[in-house]
Order: sequence, then C-alpha cells, then structure tokens
Amino acid sequence: MEFLTAIFVTPFVEIVSYPIFFFEVVIGGLLAGVMYSLVALGFVLIFKASGVFNFAQGAMVLFAALTLVGLMEHGLPWWLALLLTIAVMVLLAITVEKVVLRKLVNQEAIILFMATIGLSYFLDGFGQTIWGSDVKVLDLGIPSAPLEFGGILVNEFDIVAAVSAGSLVAVLAVFFQKTRIGRALRAVADDHQAALSVGIPLKTIWAIVWSVAGLVGLVAGIMWGTKLGVQFTLTLVALKALPVLILGGFTSIPGAIIGGLIIGMGEKVAEVFWGAAFGGAIEDWFAYMLALVFLLFRPQGLFGDKIIERV
Amino acid sequence: MLYREAGQFKSSYDEDQAIFPILQDRIMLAIVLIVAFVAVPLLFNEYWLSTIMLPFLVFSLAALGLNLLTGYAGQLSLGTGGFMATGAFAAYKLAVAFPEMNIIIVFLLSGVITAGVGVLFGIPSLRIKGFYLAVATLASQFFLIWMFNKFPWFTNYSSSGVISAPPRAVFGDYFVTGSSASPQAKYLFALAFVALLALAAKNIVRSHIGRGWMAIRDMDIAAEIIGIKPLQTKLGAFAVSSFYCGISGALWAFIYTSSVEALAFDITRSFQILFMVIIGGLGSVLGSFLGAAFIVLLPILLSNAPTMVGLNISVDLISHMEFMIMGALIIFFLIVEPHGLARLWQVAKEKLRLWPFPY
Repeated sequence: MEFLTAIFVTPFVEIVSYPIFFFEVVIGGLLAGVMYSLVALGFVLIFKASGVFNFAQGAMVLFAALTLVGLMEHGLPWWLALLLTIAVMVLLAITVEKVVLRKLVNQEAIILFMATIGLSYFLDGFGQTIWGSDVKVLDLGIPSAPLEFGGILVNEFDIVAAVSAGSLVAVLAVFFQKTRIGRALRAVADDHQAALSVGIPLKTIWAIVWSVAGLVGLVAGIMWGTKLGVQFTLTLVALKALPVLILGGFTSIPGAIIGGLIIGMGEKVAEVFWGAAFGGAIEDWFAYMLALVFLLFRPQGLFGDKIIERV
Repeated sequence: MLYREAGQFKSSYDEDQAIFPILQDRIMLAIVLIVAFVAVPLLFNEYWLSTIMLPFLVFSLAALGLNLLTGYAGQLSLGTGGFMATGAFAAYKLAVAFPEMNIIIVFLLSGVITAGVGVLFGIPSLRIKGFYLAVATLASQFFLIWMFNKFPWFTNYSSSGVISAPPRAVFGDYFVTGSSASPQAKYLFALAFVALLALAAKNIVRSHIGRGWMAIRDMDIAAEIIGIKPLQTKLGAFAVSSFYCGISGALWAFIYTSSVEALAFDITRSFQILFMVIIGGLGSVLGSFLGAAFIVLLPILLSNAPTMVGLNISVDLISHMEFMIMGALIIFFLIVEPHGLARLWQVAKEKLRLWPFPY
C-alpha cells in the first residue's frame, strides 16, 4: 500500500504543489536529452548510409575528445587542436573504410556489428595508450552560469549545448537535402546496388559518412567532455544513446532528436519524482525500460521505416 | 589417413543417429574427457586450476548458454551478465535459506529461477528482432544489476553488497564450495556440471527443439509458415539459454571466486561472453569452449609477454594495450574467419580426411 502511494499519489502531489520545480526538472531533462541526441545522431548517420550498426560511436566520441584535450595539453591553441582533431577523425574514417568495411562487404549485419564492437575496444585502448587514462578537463571557455527565466533556473552551458546541437542538425539537414554528396548519401542509403549502377562511388561515400559521424562524435565529445571531464565513462554515455535510437527509429534524424528529448526528460522526471519509490538511482535502467515498453507497441520506433517482411 | 570414416558401416538406425557417428570422434572425446577428469587435477598445480581452469569452465558454460540463444536461435542478447548475476544470487539465497539442501539441487534450482527471469525478458523478442532486440536485452542487464545492488535482501543485508559462498559438500565432508574447499574438488565439481550440460546442449540442438531454433534463426516468418510456433520456440531458447547462464553465474559465485558482488556481472561481462561466442563460432557447441579458452588465456598471455621478453611496461599501459589487441584481434578474426575457431577445426578435419594423399 505504501509502495502504491509512493508510485501513484506522492509524485503527483509533489508536481502539483511545486510546479516551478517540476518545470525545472523537465527543462533540465530536455537539455540533457539534447546531449543524448548528439551521440545518437552519429549512430543514425552511419546506419542510414551503410546499414552498419556502429557500436564504436561511443568510442569515437571518447577518442575525439581525448585527442582534442591531448593536443591542447601539448600547448596548441584551441583552433589548431580542433583542426588537427578533425583531420584525425577523417583519417580514422578512411582507415576504417579501408581496413574494416571493405574487407567485410557482403557479410551479414551481425558480423559488421561485431566488427564495430571490436573497433570500439581498439579505439578505447588506442586513445588511452596515447593520451593516458587520467580524467582531463576540457575548457573551451563555454560559460556555465545559471540563468533565470521567469523563476526557472537553467544552466547557460546546457543552452549552448542545445543551440549547437540544433545548428548541427540544421547543417546536416541542409547537407543531406541540398548538396550533391548529400543526395549521393541518400541514394546509397536507399539501395547500395542501384546507387552503384548510376555511378556513385560507394567507398568514397562510406568514408565521407564515417567522417561526418566522427565530426558529430567530436561535437558530442566536446559537450560531454566539458560537462563530465574527458574520461573513460564517456563510452557509457554512448550506451544511453541506444534507447534513444530505438525510440526514435534507427533511420531517422528527427527521430534521434525527439527520442533524445523524450528519454532525457522521462529519465529526469522519473528519477526525481518516482526514484524514491524504487530506492533511487533508477536512471541507470529507466531509459532502457522505457524504450523496451515502447518497442512492444511500435517495433520500428517513432519515425523508423515501416518494417515489411517477406519470405 | 588417421581421420577417415571409410569402412565404418552402420547397421541400425540407432548407430546412424548416434551423437558421434565417427569412431575417431568418439576416441578423441574419450581422450579429452580422461585428460580433463584425471590428468588435469593430478598434474596441474593450484594456481593453474583456480585461476585458469575454473574461469575457463565457468565462461565456457556461459558462452554455451549465449551460443544456444544467439548462435542457434538467432536472438542477439546483451543481457548475459544480468542472467549470470541472477543465477549467482538465486543460488546464494537458496543455499543460505536451506542449508541442508544438496548443493547440486541448489544450482539446478537457481538455473530454473534464471530461466524464468530469462523468459520474462525474452517476451519482447516476439515483437522485435535484430539490433532492436539487442538494445532491449540491455534493459535486463541494467535492471537486474541495479536490483541486486539496490535491495539488501538479495545479499542478506551484508553491508558491502558482497555475497560469500557458504561451504557446502556434495556428500559427506567432501567440500566443493567456500574458501576451505580444495581446488581439485572445485575443479572436478565444475567440470562435471559443464560436461553434462554440454552433452545436453549437443543433444538439444539436434532434436526437434534445436531444429526449430535454427529454422527461426534462418527466417522466422518462413519457420512460422511451416508450423514452428514462434512463441514457444523463442521463449524456449531464452529459457534454456538463461538456465545455462544462471548455472554458470552460480558456479562463478560459489566455485570460482567464492565471494562476488553484482558489479562483477556488469555490461563488460556480457560483451566478454559475446566475444567468446563470436571468436569461437556462432552455432557451435565446440566453438563455445574454444572461444572461452581463447578469451581467458589471451589476457594472461598479454600481461606476461612483455616481462618475458624483458620489457618493463606499466600495468596501466598493459591494460590499455590489452584492449587494443583484443579489439584488433576481433576485427582480424571477423575478416579472416567470420565463422570462428570452430570453423578452423572443421577445415582441419577436412584436411585430415585426405592427408597425406590430397586427391
């Protein structure tokens, strides 16, 4: 009975009696969700263009952030370090395409998925071998003072993160819809063979997609690195992007954004208002459970392509 | 020359359907079993038995469980660690609550409990498949570990959240669990479990149950059309797989480490076991053992190699190098032999069949 009260009565009483606090939690959750979306975007890009479920996205986030911080620690100015990091990520994309993907063409999806798990282990080890495993502070001078809007406290940093995520999505949307390469990418995503037959170079396209995913990873790495410090746990953040992904659908960029917002908000609200009923720390699994329940009703996610199966 | 089935005639259906129809395979298996049951406990010292052979056996069983689910039934799962934890904690609660119950029954019951949990988390597999299912199984992983950490009831209110296996004997005062048991006894006990369960697995996958799993794996809609019920088949696969993982977790807690906390079964454990299955070979009982041996031995080799050749590298660096080499090896294996070590063994057998006359 106590438990039922803690689930069905107390949280709503709290919400009604402290609406401002509730809105703060919701907004904080939405902004945290944007950060999840940033990681999820990288997954979607690669899945759309090559059908590979890139488990290494989290490792790429960590690797990009580590490289940036490492270079800055060696005394390079931030813009030079940033340029060099971008170059490293592009180089990484080309290497992955040459060494891994090209050798595994025509293998089953599960084999490619396993290969990206291997890649993520390799990148985790490689990044830490070169740059060390201490927690590094990433400071690009992003302000983080709390601001007040109509009685609701919001962190300035979260707003910067949200704005940069928004502009990133806008740039990506323009890139995909308007440019020649973007059209080629969408063609490859639709049908590899048809794209090849009209003369789209598959290998180049894959290298480009992985580079773009690497850059998205870099942005995510900067944001998460500033928030949590650049360290190994960043790869765990990437695991949180997975429920975002299945909620939004593997193939949809807007899905990644909205999925991130739903997960971020749901997680925070659940933790703050319902966490006590379950003994706290339900943030660890709530996102996965939410996605799981959701999948039972809509197996392809919110915006995913409808799954059509034939024998 | 040595490995040839020519001249071995079958004169009854029983012989034709035997689990190892070729004489050489039977001899080979007998040798392996004799070595494992007699030679290893006599010749190996305590260090080898308790730090290499025991984890190898425990991991083989878990890999076998995951292989039944992923390799045979085609349901990709990342929740192995959670199921192992369930087995470990179920065995602990049972052993403490019923001290007079035989440890074998405790282990089997903990397997049954884990099978129930596995069926519960397998229900989504009826609606979703592939990567979506893999992510859904992460829910079980995180939820179960959180549950065992959060509720002190599972650890009998131990302040550190660590459970210690109580000493239990199979019969008389022949102790197999707890810290006072001899490594030989522990090893033999674990080996008996693993050998019997492996035999059972080998038989399950060639029965109508196993054929149903493989049909579902190859194409579930086609399987449904020829009359295989997806509900029973998929949930059955989850149940059997979780049963194996649960017993493996119980062996881990009671025999390998003697005391364990829920965090020992976190997400990296699930991945480790997935690697064993991939490197060993999806859909192969033998492959589970080969993969487990590979993953257990590799880190030991890697951490000893630099000192052997006289290099002095910090422990930190070695662990990072381990990650790198592990990742590189997985990619290498997938490129060179996507079907794993078991496939290499198959190729070797083909070669042996013709050797030394290649035509």
